[in-house]
Amino acid sequence: MEQAITVSIVGDARKGPTGHVAPHARGMTSVIASHDAAHCRGRPGAPRLNGMTTTTSAAVEVSGVRRRYQEFEAVRGVSFEVRRGELFALLGTNGAGKTTTMDLVAGFGRPDAGSVRVLGLDPYSDRRKVRAHLGIMLQEGGLPPDLTVAESAAMWAGTLTDPRPVGEALELVDLGHRAQVRVRQLSGGERRRLDLALAIMGRPSVLLLDEPTTGLDPESRRNAWRMVRSLLADGVTVLLTTHYLNEAQELADRLAIMHRGEVVTAGSTAEVVAEHPARITFRLPAGMVEGQLPALPGTRDEPAGVRAEPHEPITLRTDTLQDTLTELLAWARTHRIDLAGLEARPASLEEAFMAVAQNEETYA
Amino acid sequence: MNTRVRAVGVAELRLFGRNRSAMFSAFAMPLLIAAAVASSGITDESGTTATALLLTSLLGYVLLAAVYYNLVTTYVSRREELVLKRLRAGELSDGAILTGIAAPMVVVAAAQMVVFTAAGAILLGVPVPVNAPLMLAGVAGGAVLFVLLAAASTPFTRTAESAQVTTLPVLLGCLLGSMLYPVLDDAPAVVSGMLRALPLSPVVDLMRLGWLGTTGDAPPAGFVEVLGDALLPAGIMAAWIVAGLLVVRRSFRWEPRR
Repeated sequence: MEQAITVSIVGDARKGPTGHVAPHARGMTSVIASHDAAHCRGRPGAPRLNGMTTTTSAAVEVSGVRRRYQEFEAVRGVSFEVRRGELFALLGTNGAGKTTTMDLVAGFGRPDAGSVRVLGLDPYSDRRKVRAHLGIMLQEGGLPPDLTVAESAAMWAGTLTDPRPVGEALELVDLGHRAQVRVRQLSGGERRRLDLALAIMGRPSVLLLDEPTTGLDPESRRNAWRMVRSLLADGVTVLLTTHYLNEAQELADRLAIMHRGEVVTAGSTAEVVAEHPARITFRLPAGMVEGQLPALPGTRDEPAGVRAEPHEPITLRTDTLQDTLTELLAWARTHRIDLAGLEARPASLEEAFMAVAQNEETYA
Repeated sequence: MNTRVRAVGVAELRLFGRNRSAMFSAFAMPLLIAAAVASSGITDESGTTATALLLTSLLGYVLLAAVYYNLVTTYVSRREELVLKRLRAGELSDGAILTGIAAPMVVVAAAQMVVFTAAGAILLGVPVPVNAPLMLAGVAGGAVLFVLLAAASTPFTRTAESAQVTTLPVLLGCLLGSMLYPVLDDAPAVVSGMLRALPLSPVVDLMRLGWLGTTGDAPPAGFVEVLGDALLPAGIMAAWIVAGLLVVRRSFRWEPRR
């Protein structure tokens, strides 16, 4: 009976507000799918939802959280929630408070104010209950350098209630052939993959990934994404931090951008992207200035701090890229003006992120 | 043993086997002291009781070197390597993590004690213990005490190297104290009281009472009578263990300082 509940909740969570299934629900790899189907039957409470589903649909709830280290307030009133079965990405500049937030969700510390709930429980005071359902990938692995890959994995498996077999976990991240190598001798990317293998070893229903693909080569990163997608397809909830905006755009259902300990932008990935304009960049011929441009439809005024210097390229921000560009090109043809280095970029997460980073410069 | 604790213990035992300096301080130091004692000729002149007194001191040194010193180094290394944080990210309780890491050191120390005791009994002909359970309780309590003391010493030990310095107060205090204490019969009560209160003293006292029925010159007591004499050292030991637990709970750090 519990299984039926699990499936229906997960099914709902995979759908957007319009009811269509999120794209990554399709990208399942068979390895995880088959094993997880097996463990769903055998495991007493895979995502243990009984009693919690009625009260909340969020797997992770962070509300009004503050955390101070001595004089420095790393997190200043952060709120967000991660719905069951979705991938939520926390983005932000260095020192924005992402890792501190992750540590609080993981239950390593207690917030100075506000509350954190994971599967309806306090991850700090109910650590043991929560941890049985939580997979955590820290920013740094924390494995003794003199153990081999297989020994590390076996040690970790030994501490878990219902671990995947060591060989299976290592194969999932393509480390089977490195089993007898000491952790000290692994490359940065291999260590990251080992960390990932250990994070999913306990078959978690909530997965916390702190910069999971830092140091991975492009192929390994794609593999990691494929694995994360297949976990999502199985109903696992993922909270992820990353420096790679394309990673968030690729994987996240919803996201928040943090800056100086606060959430400055949040929403579904599509919403956040839509809040930000497309950009057109070009250079005018010598002697012409920006003021000579015609009025173009859809353009927004640049904030004063961003206005181009005389010899720098001009950047136009627009909500209607095609219209603006058409007008601009028509004007240029009519006046026989050469727009050197012309570039048009659609709105993307990168634009949203740069807006935050540029505020940084304006303050500085 | 709890299987989760064992998983950590097995990994630690592997790491211990791959760490030469830890092996050296665990095995070589007690062996060197034992060899020095054996070759000094003390054992020939002063009879079996004196020999047994020396042996119990030696067992105390095993606790200091193999358990206390090595464990401060190990806990700090694991903290700085972020292993402690990683272990805390799993299902293990804090107590299970500390116990798992300590287990191999305690096992090594116990094995050495068995070897020394057996060697003493066979080669030097020391007497059969008056109260073996009391002796074992002394050893077990001593192991717990020095594990806790090691954990309590880590907050002010920044790196594994600095453990060489930060462990000195406990190491020197215990060594000097246990050497001076039997000798200073006519010392002021305050001084001998302080020496008795040092963490190694109750451990050695309990072992001596259990083995010989006396801590020094007094005539040996029997199995039951010796329990009365054991109350004070047992109380001191319990106080150290409680204090150690409180300090560890309050101030043990699981991650490097930022």
